[in-house]
Amino acid sequence: MLLTIRSLTKTFPGTRALDGVDFDLAAGEIHALLGENGAGKSTLIKCLTGAYARDAGKISLDGQTVSPKSTSEAQELGIGTVYQEVNLLANLTVAQNLTFGREPTRFGMVDGRAQRQQAEAMLEGYGLDIDVSRDLSTYSVAVRQIVAIARAVALSGKVLILDEPTASLDSREVETLFGVMRKLRDQGMGMIFVSHFLDQVFSLTDRVTVLRNGRKITTERTADLDRVRLIEHMLGHTLENEVAGHRKADHGLPRSELLRFEDFGRRGHIEPFNLSVGEGEVLGLAGLLGSGRTESAELMFGVASAHSGSAQDKSGAIDLSSPRAAIAAGFGFAPEERKADGIVADLSVRENIALAMQARRGWARPISRSEQTRLAQDYIARLDIRTSGPDQVVGDLSGGNQQKVVLARWLAMNPRFLILDEPTRGIDVGAHAEILRLIDEVTKEGMSILVISSELDELIAVANRVIVVRDRRHVAELTGSEITTETIVRAIAAPEQGEDAA
Amino acid sequence: MNPRLYPLAATIAIFLVAWVICVLQFPYMLSTRVVGNLLTDNAYLGIVAVGMTIVILSGGIDLSVGSVIAFAGVFISVMLRDSGLHPLVVFALLLVLTTAFGAAMGWLIHTLAMPPFIVTLAGMFLARGLAYMLTIDSVPINHGFYKFLNDAYWLMPGKGRLTLIGVVMLLTVAVGMVVAHRTKFGASVLALGGGEATARLMGVRVGATTVAIYAFSGFMAGLAGIVFSIYTSSGYPLATVGTELTAIAAVVIGGTLLTGGAGFVFGTLIGVLTMGLIQTFIVFDGTLSSWWTKIIIGILLLSFILLQKGLMRLSTVGQRA
Repeated sequence: MLLTIRSLTKTFPGTRALDGVDFDLAAGEIHALLGENGAGKSTLIKCLTGAYARDAGKISLDGQTVSPKSTSEAQELGIGTVYQEVNLLANLTVAQNLTFGREPTRFGMVDGRAQRQQAEAMLEGYGLDIDVSRDLSTYSVAVRQIVAIARAVALSGKVLILDEPTASLDSREVETLFGVMRKLRDQGMGMIFVSHFLDQVFSLTDRVTVLRNGRKITTERTADLDRVRLIEHMLGHTLENEVAGHRKADHGLPRSELLRFEDFGRRGHIEPFNLSVGEGEVLGLAGLLGSGRTESAELMFGVASAHSGSAQDKSGAIDLSSPRAAIAAGFGFAPEERKADGIVADLSVRENIALAMQARRGWARPISRSEQTRLAQDYIARLDIRTSGPDQVVGDLSGGNQQKVVLARWLAMNPRFLILDEPTRGIDVGAHAEILRLIDEVTKEGMSILVISSELDELIAVANRVIVVRDRRHVAELTGSEITTETIVRAIAAPEQGEDAA
Repeated sequence: MNPRLYPLAATIAIFLVAWVICVLQFPYMLSTRVVGNLLTDNAYLGIVAVGMTIVILSGGIDLSVGSVIAFAGVFISVMLRDSGLHPLVVFALLLVLTTAFGAAMGWLIHTLAMPPFIVTLAGMFLARGLAYMLTIDSVPINHGFYKFLNDAYWLMPGKGRLTLIGVVMLLTVAVGMVVAHRTKFGASVLALGGGEATARLMGVRVGATTVAIYAFSGFMAGLAGIVFSIYTSSGYPLATVGTELTAIAAVVIGGTLLTGGAGFVFGTLIGVLTMGLIQTFIVFDGTLSSWWTKIIIGILLLSFILLQKGLMRLSTVGQRA
């Protein structure tokens, strides 16, 4: 084995990001590393590239135990990395990028001609015909990606880690990149390929390792693996272990329509989709990471504007060109990255709850302090937010309680359509159940909710209808008793079966 | 032509056009006397602008240089008046001081992860204050060596004087060009300007490079101070107020991206000369108020920023296609 990892463990305060993970990479192999958000993929990679120091376990390269302390040390050992966001300098020339740190010098000065020749030699065999004296920024992302690979190969030459390299490439560019990778494989390079595009994993890789919650679930030969099993591994459900008891007894109940999206889409984000939202309905949005779930939500909330289609309610078309317009139309959106996008961590619970309401009323009509406090106390009681009082700083609360503050803020505005992106990520089981109960409660009052979640159990428990998203398309719609782990997983995995179910 | 040269080409074109306009109106402006004066009058600005170019290429800014030049003048004049040391010794002392001052600012910027704007703003007040502590008056320099320096020039054909300080400026530009574009240090500077995180990943020693960048700028400010003291034969704590901004303007007119990562030291020289040319034109004209210099520089600066924006947009469009 070229690279072996044995019982690698890495703990962060509060979480165990990697728990005794084993991983092998052979020379001349492309090995896919898969897992949902938070599964431990990036932690594993960062331990390999020296960005993190491991807590326990062993990494050996060519039989030698290694513990790189920095990216450059990892490079010298032979472990190179290419990231999705190309880590080269677009403002330098291709030649400067390729030779950076090892520029040929003459009389102590960089020898431009030798530098260009060296760069051209490094690019040989990659099928690129480019002028290396031009700025890297003049070339497409695909070319930059290949330049980055060429640099990593020349610098390291044993193990190449490709972290989501195809995320911003079109299909022709992906093929070029794969051609390069196959060639390197034939030359005996070991490659770790991280991607959430399963098609690419199946067409390119030799073996697959799936991580979930910091543990290794399985390593299998790609050829022996089928899609459904792979997705089960990733999402952590087996079809036998299906969760019974779809709670929603009221499915099939006629609902009056609240909103309708027609042909709503944006190029490069999500294909146009049709969606009708009933009053008091809970819609679930299922799909793998990067499939277009969040993109759908952002489009509906005006974070990105739609290129096609329209949104309508009973009284006509709605303007969703910006979040501001969406809020004015009675929409709400609690984003996935609540720390970055959802709360103002330095403000108190009271201020956070009052924030959105104030924005809606306009700055000219301030909400009085006493009203803010009343509002905050009301929601602290109603949502059972564990805090020392309305004036505690939100940043000091636990994840679950922060999430409740986000919810409280939107509930205080009483939107008619609320989008929750991964509302239960990173919160404990108790808070989890409470948030689901809360969703149930507010929909009884007539609010409509769209829940995006990777937890299929959660969707099954809470949703009246589940939309399945794959490859940036809405591919299936499941209602009532059709909503089972099995149907969802099948819809995510296989086009035909998914569309049958719809 | 390689697209990376467009801003530099634009700078040179503007300078040539400006000169042609000047010559059409006042044919005498083609003489070597005007050229010599242009170099001499702008020598200190050219030198300090070379340091500023390196700083701006790295994505930073150095607001302290104007005050450092004033401090240098006062330091030299007071030392020569009170100590009896030879000017060359004083120069060496001064350069050590200003280089260390720059290095200290670079160290603070790196270790405290503070914006260069704030740190060098503090440096600006500090240097100015130090100059006032030495003296509050204008101190004349009467040393014989200064006379020698002032009289050192080469008479060009056409009676133009290529002075020593003009030559020092041209040499500084040459050194700056080599440092920025032909050394590993220069590559690191441009890498920092392209993005610190990426530069770190590519193996740039960020801390050492940052310290060296501001030390270089401090050295250049000290050298500019020496040249300025030769030019004025005095030291005055209120001198060169706002010179840092003029230097930044010269760098930007010279085609360097104010956000860092792209630009040429040679462009800065052209930027300095363009500004000097406008000044000369106004002197020749005689009826225009000198404030017109500022107005024209303002317009030039604005048009350069627009040009850079336009070029950047063009290059991103080219990428999509």
